[in-house]
Amino acid sequence: MTPRRVLATAAITAAAAGLVWLFFVGLPPWYGGSGTGRRAEAPPAGSTAPAPLGRKIKARLFYIAEDGINLTSVERDVTYGEGTVEQAKEIINAQIAPPTEPLVSAVPPGTTLRALFVTEQGEAYVDLSRDVAAAHLGGSLNELLTIYTFVEALTANLPAVSAVQVLVDGMEVDTLAGHVDLRRPLVRKVQ
Amino acid sequence: MNARPFSLFSFLISAALALGLVLLVVSRPRGQGTATPLTLLAREGRRTMSVGVINDQEFVALDDLAAVFQLAVHEDSLGAITVAYKGRTVVLTPDQAIASVSGRLISLPAPPSRAGRRWMVPVEFISRALAPIYDVRLDLRKPSHLLVVGNLRVPRVSIRHEPLTNAVRLTLDATPRTASTVVQDSERLRVTFDADALDVTIPAFQPQGLVQAVRSVDPVTLAVELGPRFAAFRTSTQSLDTTTRLVLDLVATQTQTPSPAPATSPPAAVPSEAPIFGRPASAIRTIAIDPGHGGEDEGAKGAGGTTEKNVTLAVARRVKAAVEGQLGIRVLLTRDEDRRVPIDERPAVANNNKADLFISLHASASPKSATSGASIYVAAFTDTDQARVALAPERVPTFGGGSRDIEFVLWDLAQIRHIDQSAELARLLEQQFDDRVPLGARPFDRAPLRVLESANMPAVLIEMGYLTNADEEKRLASSNFQNAFVQAVLDAVLKFRDYLGAATGGTR
Repeated sequence: MTPRRVLATAAITAAAAGLVWLFFVGLPPWYGGSGTGRRAEAPPAGSTAPAPLGRKIKARLFYIAEDGINLTSVERDVTYGEGTVEQAKEIINAQIAPPTEPLVSAVPPGTTLRALFVTEQGEAYVDLSRDVAAAHLGGSLNELLTIYTFVEALTANLPAVSAVQVLVDGMEVDTLAGHVDLRRPLVRKVQ
Repeated sequence: MNARPFSLFSFLISAALALGLVLLVVSRPRGQGTATPLTLLAREGRRTMSVGVINDQEFVALDDLAAVFQLAVHEDSLGAITVAYKGRTVVLTPDQAIASVSGRLISLPAPPSRAGRRWMVPVEFISRALAPIYDVRLDLRKPSHLLVVGNLRVPRVSIRHEPLTNAVRLTLDATPRTASTVVQDSERLRVTFDADALDVTIPAFQPQGLVQAVRSVDPVTLAVELGPRFAAFRTSTQSLDTTTRLVLDLVATQTQTPSPAPATSPPAAVPSEAPIFGRPASAIRTIAIDPGHGGEDEGAKGAGGTTEKNVTLAVARRVKAAVEGQLGIRVLLTRDEDRRVPIDERPAVANNNKADLFISLHASASPKSATSGASIYVAAFTDTDQARVALAPERVPTFGGGSRDIEFVLWDLAQIRHIDQSAELARLLEQQFDDRVPLGARPFDRAPLRVLESANMPAVLIEMGYLTNADEEKRLASSNFQNAFVQAVLDAVLKFRDYLGAATGGTR
């Protein structure tokens, strides 16, 4: 490589980096300020982070597999959230949104996220509206799939989360539909 | 009730069924019955018809038949007797042992005979001449002096008994095939047939130490009165062509054996085809069955309206009847009515009653209606759980110095130390379900199921099938499926008892 080519490569790299900065960091606050775009991209209720507008991450969301007895993951764009808690909220909100066919969710329709927090030990507490229990179809496996949808969605996408406990209406519950023990945070792979 | 010097014929009228059926049982000792009246069994009830004997042939009066079956009887000037029913006719000729039935000739064992002003016809007239022209099925059972009118299920039941070494075998053959259940009820075994009435011949018994008597206690139930030497019983059922054979072996208490050398005498008192039930030394004395959900908690629900809480209760009751009746093992239900039972109370019932097994019954649901099949679950624990149990002290200091072992149970994790046996029970259930209960894609799994975690005995949860699958919803509600399921559970319990016996000294 001649010195001239080295110089050219460096220049192109610098220009590319500048453009990336411009699009993802420099410009967003500018066009984010204009009303319409921001409303359309606003994070769902419950998420208070002023996420840079339009910024997305790739996340794996979980749905009932074709065989009816497992979860399968699908990669989706999910709104970027600043920090683990905000990102976890975005992932859960994307996860509980009704999926497009042919995907079938194990989360009962109407379920909303009330709150979410993560302990220093990496245990995420996902507080859901009571629909998650009231609208549940029942069945041990179906209940396991519902709970593990949340466990998988957070542990698979967020290294900082190692276990997940589901709360309903702000409180610890025995089970969602009479089967799965919800007294303890559940880890991704149960023995 | 009717008794005569040489032939006792007794009839027991049953209580009406929900449909208003009046059911009957007929029993009598062996003997000649030439003038025994004919008993008519019908849905509407029972009546008798007198029978006369002429030249060793049994006859019934034609006008009695006419009254019961609404027949028009007409004797013409040439002497022919015409019996008409809804435009169909039977023509009889005096002195001829034949009759014309709707134009076809049939034979009779004897010609019609005049007794005073009445015409008498051989009883075979009913089956050979009347039955072909009558609207409703007429089933003449001459040896039993029975005439079954309509489609009643009245199986013939014959009973044989034979002494075995230190046991008595009763063989009950029911024809056509009829299911039965055997339940021990203190001093008697009650054998109940799935029928409307029984056509049963009870042989004379010499009352002895094992069996005092066999009698009819209701239209479809026979009772074996047990003697003082009775210790245990076992049952086995075989289907032979058109007959269901129920073999009841009653085993006597061990008499004092003078010989201390058992190796010289064959130990098997009874030819062994099935394990002996009801032995006091059984490793399983009590089973807790937990019908899932209940009360306002309906559990899963099918499109046809079948609810999980009702299916689980119905199956639990069947399991109780079968296990108590056939295995002599006590069965506790965590609920025996439609009520809500808090989830932690369910294993508590089993723990407080020192049950040896805990089986929770459920029916499943899925947003995907194609999902189907049964699954068996055992509890799953995390590493943290295991560590908590490992840290629980087993030796504690005692007052005055030293230490002693204590049983220290973390109740929310009591299942941990039984988990291997639970998995074995699940494996045996899966094996027994095989061709009887359709299995799901993952028939065995471990999961953090709350109802199992604090059970201090081998415990499994069975999801019997999916109510959200239309075919399975129908199947789960059917008694055929429920019976097959119960039988599979019963067989698995027997295998598990063998396993516990072989494993000498389980955890309890």
